[in-house]
Amino acid sequence: MKRVQFSHSPIPYLFIAPQIIIICIFFLWPAAQAIYQSFLLEDAFGLSSQFVWFKNYKDTILTDAWLQSAGFTLVFSFLVTFLSLALAMLLAVKANEVIQGARTYKTMLMWAYAIAPPVAGLMGNLMFNPLIGDLYYFLNAMGWDFNHKLDSFDAGFVVVLIAVWKQVSVNFIFFLSGLQGIPKSVIEAATIDCKSNLRRFWTMTFPLLAPTTFFLVVINITYAFFETFGIIDTTTGGAPGGSTSTLVYKVFTDGFRGNDLGGSSAQSVVLMLMVLALTVIQFRFIERKVHY
Amino acid sequence: MLKRTLTAIGAFSCLATISVANAATEVQWWHAMGGRLGEVVDEIAVKYNASQSEYKLVPTYKGGYEDTMTAGIAAFRAKQQPHILQIFDAGAATIINAKGATVAVADLMAEHGAGFNKEDYLAGVRNFYADSDGKMIGMPFNSSTPLLYYNKEAFKKAGIANPPKTWEEFEAIAPKLKEAGYIALAQSHSPWIFTENFHSRHNLQMATANNGYDSTDVKIMYNNPELKMHWGKVKEWLDKGWYGYYGRAWGDNQDAFIQQKTAMWLGSSGSFGGLTKSAEFEFGGSFLPYWKSIVDEPKGTFIGGAALFAMSGHDDEEYKGVADFMKFLTSPEMQYFWHKETGYVPITNAAYDLAKNDGYYKTTPDAEIGILQLNQPGGDWTKGYRLGYYVQIREVLYKHYDDIFAGKSSVDDAFAKIEEESNDLLERFNATYN
Repeated sequence: MKRVQFSHSPIPYLFIAPQIIIICIFFLWPAAQAIYQSFLLEDAFGLSSQFVWFKNYKDTILTDAWLQSAGFTLVFSFLVTFLSLALAMLLAVKANEVIQGARTYKTMLMWAYAIAPPVAGLMGNLMFNPLIGDLYYFLNAMGWDFNHKLDSFDAGFVVVLIAVWKQVSVNFIFFLSGLQGIPKSVIEAATIDCKSNLRRFWTMTFPLLAPTTFFLVVINITYAFFETFGIIDTTTGGAPGGSTSTLVYKVFTDGFRGNDLGGSSAQSVVLMLMVLALTVIQFRFIERKVHY
Repeated sequence: MLKRTLTAIGAFSCLATISVANAATEVQWWHAMGGRLGEVVDEIAVKYNASQSEYKLVPTYKGGYEDTMTAGIAAFRAKQQPHILQIFDAGAATIINAKGATVAVADLMAEHGAGFNKEDYLAGVRNFYADSDGKMIGMPFNSSTPLLYYNKEAFKKAGIANPPKTWEEFEAIAPKLKEAGYIALAQSHSPWIFTENFHSRHNLQMATANNGYDSTDVKIMYNNPELKMHWGKVKEWLDKGWYGYYGRAWGDNQDAFIQQKTAMWLGSSGSFGGLTKSAEFEFGGSFLPYWKSIVDEPKGTFIGGAALFAMSGHDDEEYKGVADFMKFLTSPEMQYFWHKETGYVPITNAAYDLAKNDGYYKTTPDAEIGILQLNQPGGDWTKGYRLGYYVQIREVLYKHYDDIFAGKSSVDDAFAKIEEESNDLLERFNATYN
């Protein structure tokens, strides 16, 4: 009987062990720490701390500043995800049809991918600088009284523009490979059946790209929530009036600028729950409509 | 075999430690001075290490003020703290109220034979990093104070002889500057210049409990008619094109002055050196203006910048080194060197006298303005403030000032919000640090 138990080889566990260890060290352990910390009032140096139940949550969640930040995060994430996906899809479909110089087109569209978000932010900063920025002058010359230092809509415009620009190339790569995965025979059959390019796109290409699109939606929402941090930090820093501060950026400023560990942890726990809920919704309700 | 290797490694590392200890006791100094300032800090370290052989000072640049503070705190929690940590004005309450995180420099220097006499320090410098009894906890390092810089060519073009002493005078000359094609004024740090030092200049109380020095149980007093009047005016100036707002970043507003978009700029006395290098026009410095309608005789301002704190948890031999270095740093020669190289004010009377006797202010009179302003008569409310979570309170100020500028909220509403949100933060700080 004992032999039967040992027949279950431990080798598979060994293979996944590195991944499990990484998850434990870099996700589970810090997450547990954040939850624990969110119930404490502790001075920055860790010399004294007291257990206060939900005081940190009460003090920091649902305050005006938090609600403003949450509202901006939702609008920002929606815009960044939608615009960067839509643009990337358009570019991919068009680039896929190009025959002359196709490689050049594709390379040009891809290479923004190699730019780190903070660098993209710094470039945007230069372009929108009120004293020397070309885009700043251009927008004002077009008759838009543009001032992202003062106007929260304009500041939002800047961060969305940079975040989208940075992300389009990633999405483009995935869409392009998705398009190339559509069998030639299907495309030819569709071309015989239907003359309209647009109609063929919506009835054939778009549904066949659905798995890619779904994957990218998940990735892009995560990007908008978390990775745009670098862009916001280097462009607006949350200004004006905290109107471009995403929830992650607020966690950072409260925790790492203001040294309020408890309040910052409480916010990060709430953020974690929000993203968890969002992911569950995506997989339960949207993935069902995707045909692989 | 394994055991033998381990023993060998152990023995070797012991030897290594001993030889290091024999060479010199290391004193770690984490600072936030980047660029040219960082180079001067390194020069100070080289000078100090050359002056003696017992201690070896190792300066490390840790990023901006906030980054340095966060790095120091993280290191303290991991029991890896440096001996000396540079903390900026807004973070003073956090480190001073964390009982047991630091050793007061006044005690440290007195106990380890470096000697300490508070009267040696300039009046405007002495109190900011002191406790409520006036004992100096941190050693002021890069000390600056807000000043007015003006473009002399712009003033000539507009036919104005002198920089404004009061805001009333400013309002009289601003239209002329506008006519000459300039925005009259920009400034680089509205919480520091237009809020904290506004109170000092007009001798107004900033917060209860002696501006927060006496207790952490404190309420902000920013919602006062004088400050509201000032901000109402600033908004009016912005609308009239007399005031330029180029965002929160220090440099963006300074650049507007350097590129001659604005005729005047409120910056730091420490900006003097940088301006001399980058401005391609003749400029001058002057005192921070005040409202004649609020005070007849303005008071001095207090220092901004940062101080050096001795972190707790080190042994006596190392503290001796810290004290020895502090003594070296505050010597007239070093202070004069720092003053000349960076534009920050010297912190001792002896250093100030040395600079005067050396004729430094005859050749560069603008370098003295900051010291003169700090040495102007003090009042009840000119020694500074000690407010918890002040980094966040500055964020609150920025947020609502942005809203005033954008016309999104009235001055009254903005200050009601500032009061409420700041007091919430102060209450949290009080609950945390008691």
